[in-house]
Amino acid sequence: MPALTTLEKLEILADAAKYDASCASSGTAKRNSTGGKGIGSTEGMGICHAYAPDGRCISLLKILLTNHCVFDCHYCVNRKSSNVRRARFTPQEVADLTIAFYKRNYIEGLFLSSGIVKSSSHTMEQLVETARILREEYDFRGYIHLKTIPEAEAELVHRAGLYADRVSINVELPTDAGLTRLAPDKNARQIEGAMGRTKSDIVEAKDAKKRFKHAPRFAPAGQSTQMIVGADGASDADIVGKASRLYDRFGLRRVYYSAFSPIPDASAVLPLKRPPLIREHRLYQSDWLMRFYGFQPAEVMQAAEPDGMLPLDIDPKLAWALKFREQFPVDVNRASREQLLRVPGLGVKAVNRIIASRRHRTLRLDDVAKLTVSIARVRPFLCALDWRPVMLTDRADLRSMLAPRAEQLELFAA
Amino acid sequence: MSALRQPATDAHYCVELERPDDFDAWRTAARALVQARVPPDAVSWREPGGVGDLFAAGGCALPAPPPAAAPARASKRFLDLARHAALHRDPQRFALLYRLLWRLQAKPGIMEDKADADIAAVENLAKAVRRDSHKMHAFVRFREVAPGDEPEAGPHYVAWFEPEHHILRANAGFFVRRFANMRWSILTPAGALHWDGEVLEEGPPALRSDAPCGDPTEDLWRTYYASIFNPARLKVGAMLKEMPRKYWKNMPEAALIPELVAGAQRREAQMVAAGALDFAERPQTLDSLAQAIHACRNCPIGTLENRAVAGEGPHGAPLMIVGEQPGDQEDEAGRPFVGPAGQLLDRHLERAGIDRRAAYVTNAVKHFKFVQRGKRRLHQSPTAKEIDTCRWWLESERALVRPRLVLALGASAARGVLGRTVSIARERGRPIGLEDGSELWITAHPSYLLRLEGAAQEQQARLFDADLAAVQARLAELAG
Repeated sequence: MPALTTLEKLEILADAAKYDASCASSGTAKRNSTGGKGIGSTEGMGICHAYAPDGRCISLLKILLTNHCVFDCHYCVNRKSSNVRRARFTPQEVADLTIAFYKRNYIEGLFLSSGIVKSSSHTMEQLVETARILREEYDFRGYIHLKTIPEAEAELVHRAGLYADRVSINVELPTDAGLTRLAPDKNARQIEGAMGRTKSDIVEAKDAKKRFKHAPRFAPAGQSTQMIVGADGASDADIVGKASRLYDRFGLRRVYYSAFSPIPDASAVLPLKRPPLIREHRLYQSDWLMRFYGFQPAEVMQAAEPDGMLPLDIDPKLAWALKFREQFPVDVNRASREQLLRVPGLGVKAVNRIIASRRHRTLRLDDVAKLTVSIARVRPFLCALDWRPVMLTDRADLRSMLAPRAEQLELFAA
Repeated sequence: MSALRQPATDAHYCVELERPDDFDAWRTAARALVQARVPPDAVSWREPGGVGDLFAAGGCALPAPPPAAAPARASKRFLDLARHAALHRDPQRFALLYRLLWRLQAKPGIMEDKADADIAAVENLAKAVRRDSHKMHAFVRFREVAPGDEPEAGPHYVAWFEPEHHILRANAGFFVRRFANMRWSILTPAGALHWDGEVLEEGPPALRSDAPCGDPTEDLWRTYYASIFNPARLKVGAMLKEMPRKYWKNMPEAALIPELVAGAQRREAQMVAAGALDFAERPQTLDSLAQAIHACRNCPIGTLENRAVAGEGPHGAPLMIVGEQPGDQEDEAGRPFVGPAGQLLDRHLERAGIDRRAAYVTNAVKHFKFVQRGKRRLHQSPTAKEIDTCRWWLESERALVRPRLVLALGASAARGVLGRTVSIARERGRPIGLEDGSELWITAHPSYLLRLEGAAQEQQARLFDADLAAVQARLAELAG
């Protein structure tokens, strides 16, 4: 077989990486290339350099070092028994590609992952080597996200954190039974053990940084993980519960949800039909409720139907509000911040603006309209100086009034 | 209070700004006007290229503030917002900012009142400018130009960009910090920036034709863009919201979008069709299962010249024996384990005291896979995917028979039960717990013994017997 060109390898290895959801490049330490030899900067906010037609942001060069793999995880397109074309980059090739893309302002940095070749430790070593070339030889100061391999030696995983802004380990499936069934070579305890070690490394490095100015940084953008939704029988309640335990135990920055999508040469064990994409969206919304809106995991689960699934036609906050109507309407001029955050249709920004504004005037419905996206949506749950929803909050058909109408528009005439 | 609001004079003032993004000049003038108590409707602001004002016939010198005038007051929040809003291309922006500054003198807390119309207007301007800056950071695309006459200077990277507002100068710092050690230029219709690694210079307005028209690396980038896109998740609206069409013409990857979108639904349909497995409801009896497997065409083996061989044995058998697949003779007879390997298996089972008739005997793959060589049909091992596909039938059998112990003969059988490939040498001789509470024992396939000779065969036969004896002991234990 003739050797593959860089273009062909890139095609194979980027294609193999697209099932990873994360492309975030935000929240790391600020730095830039002045005074250095190379290029690169991070200024807190991540930048999306392009958007693909799947609506996802392209911020990083997201590729695998190789898609050869000795593991046989059923949901994965790169599993050993899958019949896909295989390719392999050297660490030097990936580093050069990253720099070439970065110089043209295509990307914020690199998100590197890999299939397992030879051994877990060998693979981890190659990942770390790529980051080392970028940081030490090219003095690259952009963003690096490394996937770490839980089965690899702890020392190698630790070195990854010294070069990378973010490290991640995928828990893959929300339940241990699902993992055993679909990823027979992986082990839930090993994954959580590695997450625990990374957490303590991060905490330790932060602590050292407080006392010693030159203490090395360790993954300043923290660690994250990913769960596949819809490949096993886990309900939304299971997933929300798992995510909140992960946030608590390992101090994760983010849990990503990836709706299982049909992969070429799929394993026969998998469901063939993809879960509706909206399910993934509802899970992200519930994640937001826990992280920014003061909802407890148990409260999010209250929004779910008896079978543990979040409703697909309305968002979980509205679902919760419809179940607990006795908590509404709330008075925009008097209610606490926590109460306002519970109002469907009011985001964190709108609540901040309401609280700042009501110091200067007693808000009327028109004033609230200026501060929110859709007054029609929030009106049934609010009282203002000149507004009381009276019967609206108690109407039985409130749900159908607020649920977005089903529509099938041709968004793109191509 | 009202005295303070009185205009100091009834003259009309006109302030000319040299550049459309000159916030500092606006600030100096606005400060002086506030101190001289010139009300907002007595000032007009002009930028280069802007239209004249009806009332401002001639340029007026700014009024000198009274000597004891209090300094103009502006909160930090106002300055942050105004600095951005001043870059908007709206010609009314300076007047709006001055009106707000004027009101701020009487009510310093007004900035918090988000429901105020002026505040909302300024916030909207600032938001649009911030978004434009952010999109500039994101969508500028440099193209490499070979160094030419001074090769030691290294390549030069040049970009063409069309910002919506007057943001070029304000964003120079971002690009300098990011590409400090690179030679680059950003050309726009309103001006240009040039960085040589040490000094930033400004240039006159440029034309698109001044920028290079291509870069070989763009092929790699387009390949990446097309490959990272997942056609199973088309969401064009979400893309357009963040990357509106107006930016597309200067982004090399955007040319691919219509083609990717058009191909996406087609590609997904193909992907699903290629992997489509037509499994109906699980059969409720062993007989209906035996019927159903004949019709199975979920893998290529089912389409060969062969017939399906169902398992045989009693319902509720405590032991299930799983082989690899039917062979030539099994296919002829329509029964499992009747060929040479089956006969060898029978002898060993008898020696171990296991009654084959009390066990349920079946295969991981239900059809015979072979290649025709003349008159002979040569056995071919099933692939992992074929075993996984057929696993659905084996699972159905296990669910109906409910054996307490499953004995897998060979690696294919073990994969059929476990869904993963294991090493026989490592796993033989001990139980592996299964999800339904039964246990799996793994040993070699009898056809392996048939292929060996001499001492190796004797040794493997001993191991095989030992495995069967252990299974028999465990069965007795489970029964007792």
